[in-house]
Amino acid sequence: MSSQPFGGLVMLRYVLKRLLTAIPTMFVIVTLSFFLMRVAPGGPFNQEKGLNPVIKANLEKQFHLDEPLVMQYLYYLNDLLHGNLGPSYNLPEFTVNELFAKGLPISIQLGATALVLALFFGSLMGIAAALRQNKPADYAVIATATAGSTIPSFVIAPLIQLAFGLGLRWLPVGGWGDGALINKIGPILTLMLPQVAIVARLMRGSMIESLRSHHIRTARALGLSDYAIIIRHALRGALLPVISYAGPAAAALITGSIIVETIFAIPGVGRYFVEAALNRDYTLVMGTVVVIAIFTILFNLVVDVLYAVVDPRVRYD
Amino acid sequence: MTDMALEKAPAAGRSLWADAWSRLKANKAAFWSGIYIVVMAVVCIAGPWFTPHEFTTIYQDYTRVPPSLSSYPKPEMIDQAVKDAVKRSRAELSGWEEVAGKIKMTVTSAKPIDERMTRYIDRSSVFENAVVEEKSDDGMKLVISADVERLHFYFGTDTIGRDLLTRTLIAGRVSLAIGLLAGLVAVVIGVLYGATAGFMGGKTDEVMMRIVDILYSLPFIFFVIMLVVFFGRNFVLMFLAVGAVLWLDMARIVRGQALSIRRQEYVQAAEALGVTRGGILLRHVVPNLLGPVVIYMTLLVPQVIILESFLSYLGLGVQEPMSSWGVLISQGSKNMPGANWLLFFPSFFLTTTLFALNFIGDGLRDALDPKDR
Repeated sequence: MSSQPFGGLVMLRYVLKRLLTAIPTMFVIVTLSFFLMRVAPGGPFNQEKGLNPVIKANLEKQFHLDEPLVMQYLYYLNDLLHGNLGPSYNLPEFTVNELFAKGLPISIQLGATALVLALFFGSLMGIAAALRQNKPADYAVIATATAGSTIPSFVIAPLIQLAFGLGLRWLPVGGWGDGALINKIGPILTLMLPQVAIVARLMRGSMIESLRSHHIRTARALGLSDYAIIIRHALRGALLPVISYAGPAAAALITGSIIVETIFAIPGVGRYFVEAALNRDYTLVMGTVVVIAIFTILFNLVVDVLYAVVDPRVRYD
Repeated sequence: MTDMALEKAPAAGRSLWADAWSRLKANKAAFWSGIYIVVMAVVCIAGPWFTPHEFTTIYQDYTRVPPSLSSYPKPEMIDQAVKDAVKRSRAELSGWEEVAGKIKMTVTSAKPIDERMTRYIDRSSVFENAVVEEKSDDGMKLVISADVERLHFYFGTDTIGRDLLTRTLIAGRVSLAIGLLAGLVAVVIGVLYGATAGFMGGKTDEVMMRIVDILYSLPFIFFVIMLVVFFGRNFVLMFLAVGAVLWLDMARIVRGQALSIRRQEYVQAAEALGVTRGGILLRHVVPNLLGPVVIYMTLLVPQVIILESFLSYLGLGVQEPMSSWGVLISQGSKNMPGANWLLFFPSFFLTTTLFALNFIGDGLRDALDPKDR
């Protein structure tokens, strides 16, 4: 009872505690991916045929690859603590930090737009369906939601390319085009559609439950307008499942979708990762894992804080 | 004696499973989805034995031919096929005509022609049974007749001339098998882990669930890719990787369920009556766990199929000449402008299967969830 949700100190303590527990989690992630990657056969400089052994040795020496694995690990941890993700082995003119500085804004832009649009349209569809339960509009929403969440994005994306790119010629088939709006529509649509479906389904379910609750019945009895009941009272309770879904979804969307970036040839983080893994570009792979893990942890934290803002019954402990 | 007496005892009430079965049958979407999946599985398993083509056979004269119910070659294709076949034999074609369903071609050359050149005609995927009918005295002119080999490509062929129908069915085998096997791996790991944590309780439970929490915050798709890239693209490893990643939800569900079952009055009653721990586990915990496990498993299979297709789409999964729906969709999306059937058929098979599996999962959830009665 003593813990007021907005008691600033309590909240601050909670956030700090969560950030502290994130440190061991990050440590486990980094350690696990580092050693997993290194016990696998092959290395970044093994593929180049006829690479002069002296040059190869020099390269390996430059990147500490000739030292024992444990030393390499300590070097990496030290760099990481200084915010340095290291050089990229396969794109020697860039450091991993520079690559992320280029790729992350692109992924974030696409992902954030898709998420915001999906939350808006999904919620709208879900509320509309809940208010017309078991009527044609409701069934239409359920059908769309089922389709949207079942059809995988590697089917949706080529279909969008086929219809709007090759058929109608409204959109380019792929490419980033220095961020022209027209190049973003296809990827955003592909990222958005499954999310719209899931949000609509969640929203419909929780809205129906919320509309059945006692405080809504009281509000109706008091003669409040439908609008006030839905927006001020029912929606608040109904938002919780959507919020808890939005956290992990945001992390996944914003750190770049591998499929969407590959199909539409978008130079974002997701595409880096696949190329880096194929080329044994250790530092770039590690960098991607670290960045994505940080995003996931942060968004989960944001969700838990938001939870308490929307629902005062939730307490931090 | 006692066994027989037990068997003859009239059924006092319907069991959970009989009840669930009758409710599942009443659910139209789930029922027809179930039938669809069974048909799909049978067609994919048995179909490739009945299609007229092997999934690896390459018909070099039929690359990227569109789907058609009538047979190939189309009348207008014969001319080109005759020219190609004769050209390969390094002889000159002076003309051809169709006589009573056979193709008669007249071939000339500056040197006497070896009669064995009919093999070049047979080697074309359009002709068979080529024989020399007439031969001029100097041997420089042959009249060869050959049957036209009628082939059916109901789904068309791919870019190197393989029958898409057979390939789609073979791909279905692979996708469904991976879905089931990897789903099973995930369920077995998840159930064992979750049940142990839930049943032991206390510190053990806390540590085990903390591990699950940490694994949850791993970017798991990246881990699967890392595993597959670094340890080779091999079939077994792939579904081990997929299964090993997807067990986390199962573990959480089972643990929660096991914890709540342990606190039920009937378990306390059994304990008070002196039933052993193993007895309680077998008689009370396992049957009550089965429901959620079955539901989750049906929802897991489509997830696994999507994940496998996704990996195959990136070129990290099933390798040529083997095929999975993801592989075919990936090839299809690369050949969209000219040959959209390559995208359409595998996408249709994959998507409808996913739909059906989801409907079954939802139906099972409604049928088995005791709270919903």
